[in-house]
Amino acid sequence: MGISVNHISKSYKNVKALQDISFDVKPSELFGLIGPDGAGKTTLFRVLTTLLIANEGTATVAGFDVVTDYKKIRSNVGYMPGKFSLYQDLTVEENLHFFATIFGTTIEENYDLIKDIYVQIEPFKNRRAGKLSGGMKQKLALCCALIHKPKVLFLDEPTTGVDPVSRKEFWEMLKRLQQKDITILVSTPYMDEAALCDRIALIQEGQILEIDTPEAIVKHYPKQIYNVRANNMYQLIKSLNDYEYNHSVYPFGEFIHYTDKRKDFNPDQLLVFLKSNQLSNIEITETVATIEDTFMELAK
Amino acid sequence: MKTILYIIQKEFKQIFRNKGMLPIIFVLPLLQLVILSNAATFEVKNIKFGYIDNDHTTTSRALIEKFNASTYFDVLTDFSSEGFAKSAMLKGEIDVVLDIPNYFERDLQKEKHNSLGITINAIDGAAAGVENIYVNEIVQNFNQHLKVDLLPLSNQQIQPINIDTIPLFWYNETLNYKTFMVPGILVLLVSMITLFLSGMNIVREKEIGTLEQINVTPIKKSQFIIGKLFPFWVIGMGLLTVGLLLARLIFNVPMLGSLVLMYLYTSIYILVILGIGLFISNFTDTQQQAMFIAWFFVVIFILMSGLFTPIESMPGWAQMVTEFNPIKYYVEVMRMVMLKGSGFTDILPQLIKTVLYAIVMNGLAVWSYKKTN
Repeated sequence: MGISVNHISKSYKNVKALQDISFDVKPSELFGLIGPDGAGKTTLFRVLTTLLIANEGTATVAGFDVVTDYKKIRSNVGYMPGKFSLYQDLTVEENLHFFATIFGTTIEENYDLIKDIYVQIEPFKNRRAGKLSGGMKQKLALCCALIHKPKVLFLDEPTTGVDPVSRKEFWEMLKRLQQKDITILVSTPYMDEAALCDRIALIQEGQILEIDTPEAIVKHYPKQIYNVRANNMYQLIKSLNDYEYNHSVYPFGEFIHYTDKRKDFNPDQLLVFLKSNQLSNIEITETVATIEDTFMELAK
Repeated sequence: MKTILYIIQKEFKQIFRNKGMLPIIFVLPLLQLVILSNAATFEVKNIKFGYIDNDHTTTSRALIEKFNASTYFDVLTDFSSEGFAKSAMLKGEIDVVLDIPNYFERDLQKEKHNSLGITINAIDGAAAGVENIYVNEIVQNFNQHLKVDLLPLSNQQIQPINIDTIPLFWYNETLNYKTFMVPGILVLLVSMITLFLSGMNIVREKEIGTLEQINVTPIKKSQFIIGKLFPFWVIGMGLLTVGLLLARLIFNVPMLGSLVLMYLYTSIYILVILGIGLFISNFTDTQQQAMFIAWFFVVIFILMSGLFTPIESMPGWAQMVTEFNPIKYYVEVMRMVMLKGSGFTDILPQLIKTVLYAIVMNGLAVWSYKKTN
């Protein structure tokens, strides 16, 4: 009853946007599509929300085929596009009322579902949607996507351009919705949000790299990662890149994530090498892999 | 039905909240009607007239007096030679030059006939033609009086019988240009505003991304389209009403035919225009594109509608093309009903063609409107 995608391929003139994508989302699962811009996330959303017809493959959403049963899908899913796409010249309440009406329902009927979210924007219900802040817009869009009590909710990069506090709140809301038996497919370019999903699919250049729970994906990481820090960041990156045994070097906040080619790597050897490169205050500690590390490794 | 009503309600809210659009819808058209109807006239008046009098006799002076007395001519200059007249015309100071030859009076009395030189600036061919007729009329008139003065009494009996034509101008007795133009300009307003607005309206939803959101809802194509276009149908009818009121109050244009017939025809005609608007918006991605395409069609439709230039004087192929021009039929119907008082059966051919056009255009538009790519 969730989402089932079987060998979906879609290409625009010269670009292969999706290549042989297959995955399943279980009912009331929070499933994340993680990938950089241009990976094909939006195309996949458009195929699943019946806006686009795939060249090959089949897919079902809430048990309905995306091509033959598209009408049923349209009344059973909620879609929140990446770009804010409500009527900016209508007020909060009017937007909500509009979407309730075209779904053949009323705000009152499904109020309990959106109550938690709507109470936060209710003080502004007579304000025009275009005049809301980014986080408020996001909440309104979510309300509009939920007003008809959908079985499946599609959220295309819902937190792009939203401040960290609102982002956190947004994910808490998703977690609560999940409790109400709504299957959620969410895409995001932020790796830190991936850890909040039940399962994630890493996607790049139209292909799925890996599908698993965030914990399992991290465990798949084959090497030990070291946090490296020194007095001169730029010099440090340069030196590490010149080091003959390096496997990967990525800046990660205040540290460099470093992995070595050798199985019997001893950090002291690296310390000696870095000192010989006129670096001081060097710090090398072991750390655990994150989803970002895994993604970079898989995307290599 | 409830859905359609709600969409209509939403459209009206959006139209009235769009502060930039409101004056375009309601004020500009009326200004246009008032300004264009007064300014766009083909009457040739205030012709800048100059003359070269080489004769300086009572006859030549009497002839010039005739021009002076005419309201169509502004007698401006007396040129001493042809050279001055030429350069004045080159500078555009003068439109018509009358050249009265030497011994004009003497030769006229001796030989009973003489010729005058008339030079007309013909950059605007139509105006030059009209000016020529005016000049001829004045000279003819002068000629008749001259005969009476010059010919001896005994000769009067054998004067050839003159055939005089006294035209009666039906449907516009005083040849009032505004009576002719106002119905046409009214057509222009209703067509332009409804086409532009409907063409831009659905594209706007595409541009701001709401169309994508709408497409994922179970709303039916027909519900959405009717809901989106109906407000513009209402606006079109509203414009017609205001236009008719102005025509009556300001221009005092006669309205012989039935108002019901005008509204009936307009209600169908607007459907054609809305169909074209929807069709345009299906093939464009931005409001600019839609606007430019709408402009292109409007300009061609208007120039080939018989509004400014008669269709009968167009080449054959162009007359064929005008058969597909909805604005042509609307101009015809409005003029027929308002000025001639034509009834239902008189405008039936135009009505049938317009209904067909509406069906074809809206069929094409709905067919090309896709919710899925």
